[in-house]
Amino acid sequence: MDISSVRRRLAPFAVAGAAVLVLAACGSGNDPENTAAEEGSDSESLSGSVVVDGSSTVFPLTSAAAELFAAEQPDVQVSVGQSGTGGGFEKFCVGETDISDASRAIADDEIAMCEENGVTHDEFSIANDGLTVVVNAENGWATCLTVEQLNAIWAPDSTIANWNEVDPSFPDEPLVLAGPGTDSGTFDYFTDAINGEEGASRTDYQASEDDNVIVQAVQGSAGAMGYFGYSYYEENAESLKALEIDGGGGCVAPSAETVQDGSYAPLGRQLFIYPSAEALERPEVEGFVRFYIENIDEIVQAAGFIGLNDEQKTTLSDQFDALLGG
Amino acid sequence: MKPSGAGVSLRRSQPRYGERVIEAVLFIAALVSILTTIGIVVAIIGPTIEFFREPSVTVWDFLTGTEWTALFAESQQEFGVLPLVSATLVTSVIAMAVAIPVGLGAAIYLAEYASPRARRLLKPTLEVLAGIPTVVYGFFAVSFITPNVLQSFLEVGTFNKLSPGLVMGVMIIPTVATLAEDAMTAVPQALRDGAYGLGSTKRQVATRVVVPAATSGIIAAFVLGISRAVGETMIVALAAGNQANLSLNPLELGQTMTGFIAQAASGDQPTGSIGYESLFAVAALLFAITILMNFVSIRLVRRYREVYE
Amino acid sequence: MTVTERTPPPPSAPQTPPVLTGRGHDRAPREYGFRTVLLICLGIGIVFLAVLLVYVLLEGWPRLDLDLFRNQGSQISPATAGAQAAIYGTLWLMAGTAVLILPLGVMSAIYLEEYADPEKWYNRLIEVNIQNLAAVPSVVYGILGLGLVVRGPLSLGPVLLAGMIILALLVLPVVIISSREAIRAVPDSIRDGSLALGATRWQTIWRTTLPNSVPGIATGSILALSRAIGEAAPLVIIGVALTVTFNPASVYDRFTTLPMQIYSYAQRPQEDFIILSSALIIVLLVIMLAMNSVAILIRNKYQRRW
Repeated sequence: MDISSVRRRLAPFAVAGAAVLVLAACGSGNDPENTAAEEGSDSESLSGSVVVDGSSTVFPLTSAAAELFAAEQPDVQVSVGQSGTGGGFEKFCVGETDISDASRAIADDEIAMCEENGVTHDEFSIANDGLTVVVNAENGWATCLTVEQLNAIWAPDSTIANWNEVDPSFPDEPLVLAGPGTDSGTFDYFTDAINGEEGASRTDYQASEDDNVIVQAVQGSAGAMGYFGYSYYEENAESLKALEIDGGGGCVAPSAETVQDGSYAPLGRQLFIYPSAEALERPEVEGFVRFYIENIDEIVQAAGFIGLNDEQKTTLSDQFDALLGG
Repeated sequence: MKPSGAGVSLRRSQPRYGERVIEAVLFIAALVSILTTIGIVVAIIGPTIEFFREPSVTVWDFLTGTEWTALFAESQQEFGVLPLVSATLVTSVIAMAVAIPVGLGAAIYLAEYASPRARRLLKPTLEVLAGIPTVVYGFFAVSFITPNVLQSFLEVGTFNKLSPGLVMGVMIIPTVATLAEDAMTAVPQALRDGAYGLGSTKRQVATRVVVPAATSGIIAAFVLGISRAVGETMIVALAAGNQANLSLNPLELGQTMTGFIAQAASGDQPTGSIGYESLFAVAALLFAITILMNFVSIRLVRRYREVYE
Repeated sequence: MTVTERTPPPPSAPQTPPVLTGRGHDRAPREYGFRTVLLICLGIGIVFLAVLLVYVLLEGWPRLDLDLFRNQGSQISPATAGAQAAIYGTLWLMAGTAVLILPLGVMSAIYLEEYADPEKWYNRLIEVNIQNLAAVPSVVYGILGLGLVVRGPLSLGPVLLAGMIILALLVLPVVIISSREAIRAVPDSIRDGSLALGATRWQTIWRTTLPNSVPGIATGSILALSRAIGEAAPLVIIGVALTVTFNPASVYDRFTTLPMQIYSYAQRPQEDFIILSSALIIVLLVIMLAMNSVAILIRNKYQRRW
């Protein structure tokens, strides 16, 4: 057997391997080159990349925006991460991302870090959210909890391990807790609203940046409790039960209406996107943000979120116009 | 090569530099494996040292502490690794409780009872079990085993240690079975024939002659299986849970060492933060345990090895 | 029972088990009981495999449509979400890893089999090292990647090239070991013949030994590659994205792979995602099955019996 006959026999495999490479190269189709020189107006085709990272609560909303945007501008690569609101800001303020998703307003130390690194942030509130406390669908005893009861459960030194310690009329059922981790804006907001201090929470619960894992955990145990943004509850409403919250004014259930008119307190909040002024100078980023804001109703609908009320919408478009004169 | 008459030696009269160069190039290629090991050690050691230099961490607290809240806010961070170790222990023990007897049983059947045709059919089938990606096993554990099998009989939540333990066990069966079977087929037929000649049944030959003779290989198979169980990531990441929980109860959730490494790495810890360093410290512990088991395995194999003429 | 009554075992191949005779103890219930227990052991593994495959097939079958290949992943419509980016990522990764492991693996194997003096300490060290590396868990390779390739000195970020390097390092020991076996299987008489005709050592290797070991090397490499594309743990550790909506166009692009998508979708509780996960698993298993079949085909067709 000499080498030429070996080569002959291996030729088909070489061709197959080359075909795979060619397929891979040709099939990608997208042109990832940054186009600083291209003029950016709505009717022109844009290209480039937009990097977004941050809140896992806002993630489905921005992903929906990216998908709908891709239908109009297929040459712009929008990548969306979910490192958590805190994690997102860390990257945003050193210029690693163009837009930061956030489920709480930017904090003072984050503003300072941004200024240190020459990143100017712009804040747009794009949706409302009701932080929903959920329990397993088989939980028939709890319907409404007061803020004090929630505080007792979630406080840093809490040792409550059973439902009957929350309220003596509840049955003897072990309490299984799940919730977001410390990089999450939802975590920050919840601890601030319920425990009075941002970041103060007990640590013996199933923590995850991915809200779907929390859903899984609550679905799996009869005595489970978790919290996350309203859209995750809505998506899984058949297998979860949302608790009504009594913030001092009676029990209020989370819904689009109660969140928009502010009666779902103290767990109603706004969701934000923070594009940097530097990134907005690139036409593809401006195009994406413009699309996001101009089509916010459709995007909110597609992602199953709670939209802005009329007053908030006016503020949003005014803000955007002021920023970009568009 | 120049003919030089009688007494020609095969040694070249002129050095061939081309050959030397080729040998050097090949040697460098072989060094890549050494570089890999060095790379692993360097990658792990650096951040681990930084981790233990942090004022809030000591080696003693790390190895004996019972609370692990590495990814929480600074004021609440605790770095006692025992909860992670306990979860690794429980899942591995469950896995080996499945893999060792079942793997050994399958191996005995293949080596001593199966006809050559049956063996040709069954061995590849077991190999398929070993070839399935671990992420598929993890998916199966969390979306089928836990809801349909476990929750029908037991009080378990979505995340528990029993489900991944069982699935890991089945995944490791081929590893144990293949190595054990190789060890058993290496036992000379003469030993078996002697036993048959004395009137033993096949069961007696298998259990009293072949298995003891193949002990060293079987032990190596077990230890390799344990290594795989301890080092497995995807199955426990998907099915065991995200909460470090110091508990030996397999019905509870828990986070193994590998599960924590996966969670910390995918949570995008900023380089240089204590959370980032802690994941390397846990990796160092894992690596040390793997090396230790490898060492123990070599020792045991040497001790029990039978030498046939 | 005397010795003469006993049916002697056939004197042929050493591993043919003796026929169960009707005499003596071979038919005792304990014997059959033991045999049944062993069969159950074998059965557990096979039944589990069957259940797993059937479950995945039943769940994923409805979603095995062209959309999987045409569309990108989607958050808002899992019912039509595809995995185009993941499929391209997997193919790219496979190609790149192959390019890395073939030269390195074969060259190392040639060195160890043909040139290395096994008495020298450094050669023994290389051998032991390779055996050790083959047993290291894949997480540790992910850590190596995180510390040195993705961050640290190379700082490539979680891009294709980083994934290729890490997976190549992961399967390199296996490729080296199987290539060595293939090279070792070529009889010395072939080498001696070549040397006797005046060829140098390298010429012998390049023109005689290596071509004859190509089938074995190809089989081993394809099997190793098949394992590499099923790996998710090292990629999770280096921070590969779980949601990528574009196909990679160069080795410096971010990417995702089929196992990563399966990992991502497996964490979602909605039924749609379980179905999607199962469909992707079917695609991945089909790819791996194809690769393994090619490897076995090569082995059966081209294997020389010396």
